[in-house]
Amino acid sequence: MTQASLGDSVVQKEVHAQAQNNGVAANITHTQPLWLLAEVTYRCPLHCAFCYNPTDYDKHTQNELSTEQWIQALRDARKMGAIQLGISGGEPLLRDDIEDIVIEAKKLGYYSNLITSGVGLTEKRIQAFKEGGLDHIQLSMHDITEEINNFITNTRTFELKKKVAAMIKNHGYPMVLNVVIHRYNIGHIKEILEMAEALGADYVELANTQYYGWSLVNRSQLMPLKEQIDEAERITNEFRQKVGNKMKIFFVVPDYFGNRPKKCMNGWGEVFMIVTANGDVLPCHSARVLPNIEFPNVRDKGLEWAWKDSPAFNKYRGDDWMKEPCRSCPEKENDLGGCRCQAFLLSGDAESADPVCSLSPNHHLIEQAIEESKNPQIQAQPIIFRTDKNSKKYASGESKERVEDFHALP
Amino acid sequence: MENNIQPTDIYALAFHHRFQWEEAQNSYVILFPEGMVKLHGGAGEVIKRLDGKVSVADVVADLKATFPDAQDIEKDILGMFDLAVGKAWLRKVN
Repeated sequence: MTQASLGDSVVQKEVHAQAQNNGVAANITHTQPLWLLAEVTYRCPLHCAFCYNPTDYDKHTQNELSTEQWIQALRDARKMGAIQLGISGGEPLLRDDIEDIVIEAKKLGYYSNLITSGVGLTEKRIQAFKEGGLDHIQLSMHDITEEINNFITNTRTFELKKKVAAMIKNHGYPMVLNVVIHRYNIGHIKEILEMAEALGADYVELANTQYYGWSLVNRSQLMPLKEQIDEAERITNEFRQKVGNKMKIFFVVPDYFGNRPKKCMNGWGEVFMIVTANGDVLPCHSARVLPNIEFPNVRDKGLEWAWKDSPAFNKYRGDDWMKEPCRSCPEKENDLGGCRCQAFLLSGDAESADPVCSLSPNHHLIEQAIEESKNPQIQAQPIIFRTDKNSKKYASGESKERVEDFHALP
Repeated sequence: MENNIQPTDIYALAFHHRFQWEEAQNSYVILFPEGMVKLHGGAGEVIKRLDGKVSVADVVADLKATFPDAQDIEKDILGMFDLAVGKAWLRKVN
């Protein structure tokens, strides 16, 4: 799945207008975890090179939460105001209890979303989801060509995805397609949008790759040129005019090519809460890369403590933690200094300005990354796919050479 | 008014959208894929009345009767319809 699928939703911005923290004393929060993301497993039949999951995910595949633990987490989060539920992974359908989770979500009043590659979605299961009250299914698509789909996912899943798209539509679900954009498919934006229209998509998210986890390792291989992104956006705008309200298209702009950082997760511990496969509770997808933070686990003190009182969730609330140039920046409330994980991964300092900001003293790291992605020698390095075998290598420190430049991988 | 809302128009909540009261927010919300909108009191009162049968004029009359002290609410109600149609939260039934 993609980080962008949750991070930059238009509507979350509207939601955020209601959820203020005001940068007051960091240990007092009046925020609510409106969005609960349940990353129910890190197992996945696909091996996408752009996956944001941790490169050492293999460590977390052995100790997944039980059905009962997930149901308890859903109940606790709902009490705290959570209302949008994303069921994600890995591939959530590798668990056989998603039906139970869906039924409980409906009972509790969540608007629930299954975020899937489509692998493992059968007539029987989709029927059970419909009856259980699942609200929608977000399907990842990769390209209009079989070659690129199969290449970037390192699987043969092209035909299957088309079949699953039809199944979703037939069951009366809104069709929500998520397409991660990278060098290999950015030239096909028009065709991808035409495919989405032909499939009857209601929502299409064109999510430019953000560089975390596996996509960071493969950054030089995946990053398109600025000109390609501009062209893709132009084509998208043109298509939008043509289809109007019938198909809503979100184009998630990659932050490497903007000069202002993104307001990551709409603020640390502001509206998002993620529970991972092994029960860790995180304010963002990749927070575990950050040093010297102990993240709470649902098995310990529960979700309410995690959200309200845990040192981890309070660490970057408000703006007391900021350094210069963020601290005195007139734009600090707009972007909160960007992404803590990106700041740390690229500069080694989690409290520094996100290097994508043109005012960051580390902005040259971004410029350098863009240059490197154009270097034929670096481009020619093989892509490292998200596989258990590769993950074991990162976890054991065997694949060091590829991650030396990044501070927190695996 | 961009969407030319007529008194005889009949609207319902758009497909795949859900309208519900949220205790934690102390407000009505509309939920849909990838998002949520929190409605202020008046907007919630408008959406609550849409069942795919009542017309815009019916909603205006009902709200005027329910809130007799509210001044000049017709304009606000039509504005809410206009916004909701523009945002595709509503679909036109007739």
